Amino acid sequence: MHNAPAVAIVILLVGAVASGPVAADQQVLLREQSLYHTILVVAEPTRRCLKFSVRDGTRNQSCVDPHDPKRMVFGYTRMMMAALLVVPEPQTVLVAGLGGGTLPTALAALLPDVRIDVVEIDPAVVKVARTYFDFQDSERVRVHVQDARVFVKRALQQGRQYDLVILDAYSGDYIPEHLMTGEFLEETRKLLTPDGAVAANTFATSQLYDYESETYRLVFGQFFNLRVRTSNNRVIVATNGPLPSRETLRANSRAWRPALGAYDVPITSYPRRMSTKVDWDHTKRALTDQYSPANLLKGSR
Amino acid sequence: MSLELLGGRILAPWFGSSIYVWGSIITVFMLSLSVGYFIGGRLSLRTPSLAKFGCLFLVAAVILVPIVYLAEPVMVWVFERIEDPRYGSLAASLALFVAPTVVLGTISPYSVRLLVRHKEESGKVAGTLYFVSTLGSALGTLATSFYFVLWFEMNTIVAVLGGILLLLGALGVVCRRLDRHA
Repeated sequence: MHNAPAVAIVILLVGAVASGPVAADQQVLLREQSLYHTILVVAEPTRRCLKFSVRDGTRNQSCVDPHDPKRMVFGYTRMMMAALLVVPEPQTVLVAGLGGGTLPTALAALLPDVRIDVVEIDPAVVKVARTYFDFQDSERVRVHVQDARVFVKRALQQGRQYDLVILDAYSGDYIPEHLMTGEFLEETRKLLTPDGAVAANTFATSQLYDYESETYRLVFGQFFNLRVRTSNNRVIVATNGPLPSRETLRANSRAWRPALGAYDVPITSYPRRMSTKVDWDHTKRALTDQYSPANLLKGSR
Repeated sequence: MSLELLGGRILAPWFGSSIYVWGSIITVFMLSLSVGYFIGGRLSLRTPSLAKFGCLFLVAAVILVPIVYLAEPVMVWVFERIEDPRYGSLAASLALFVAPTVVLGTISPYSVRLLVRHKEESGKVAGTLYFVSTLGSALGTLATSFYFVLWFEMNTIVAVLGGILLLLGALGVVCRRLDRHA
């Protein structure tokens, strides 16, 4: 009987795994332990979602509506399309972080001449995006299974340039801290064409907001901050050159409105929400390779 | 352990934080410690003394601190020559962490030699040493990952580690002197 505590622990563990975060009306299509996460693909009544990790409160990484596959289900995915207001016709795009592939798929469909490089660290995520989220790589959309920081450094070494860099590698549970430092942003900036821009999907809450904002300000100067009340995310759009005028943003939003309708992106409402106001504590220090406790900062209010 | 954790951060800007970067670092630390243990055991055969023991700390400190200055150029050099980040991170870890970790590894067996008076108590002494050193590793890991990275820059932490080693080494040498004068 000396094994009783061990047995109890095993039962608890099994119970914890079995109950998981999945509600009764959800069906797990795939559960896979990858090198970096537990990946779940879950069918809900109106949508199919990619989730990482199994603990309660697991965040959706990406969702699609099978009856309306173009519709962007999440606010922050829609907000990322604000990048097109600053760089309306990108020829070359780098996307860091694949998820379900929503953004590269949309950009490839919207921009017939675009070439997209996608960097994703987790090979299992690439497989899942292809199998469950209809992500298709092609001549125009190429996936590189690599750490984004390494990819950016190599691209610089090879003299490659991008009109638009999309940073979407910060999942809710864990931020790769070497992808949020001033040095990384500086390297990213060097990858941009003179009129290029970077769009990052990041956090609007916690202390990290101040530190991250200050880091962007040091590297890019003034930048656009796009926030909506209903979301804990914010989208940063920063440019290599000077920021475009509000009038240019409006004109671009009118031009893009018809094409973005199918994606449910309220693009014409974004110009007035893209703020350049310093609404953070600018005395906070910027994140650097020497100092980047992003995950600890995100945990503190 | 504190150094091992920082190692991951030092390499990340050049080789990423993929699982193989941690694999490289852990491999190199284990390898270096094992070599250090072996050498430390051999060193303890040659008229061991507290002063020599102190010198091990001093040497470790002296080799540790250049990491601060050499890390960047070494990683640039490796990055330009090795495309595959698995072997890149392995090569960079070898170049940066072998020397200090080997020296740090010599300390444990040397301590056993200095502390054991009778062979009957050797097991107890070794046990206590393992206890102290592994407990220290645990606390170093915790303090570094929970607090130090939030309060200090990485180079500051490495420099302080070097400073502590320097202090301990000096203490060893001085104690030995005092002993002799007494």
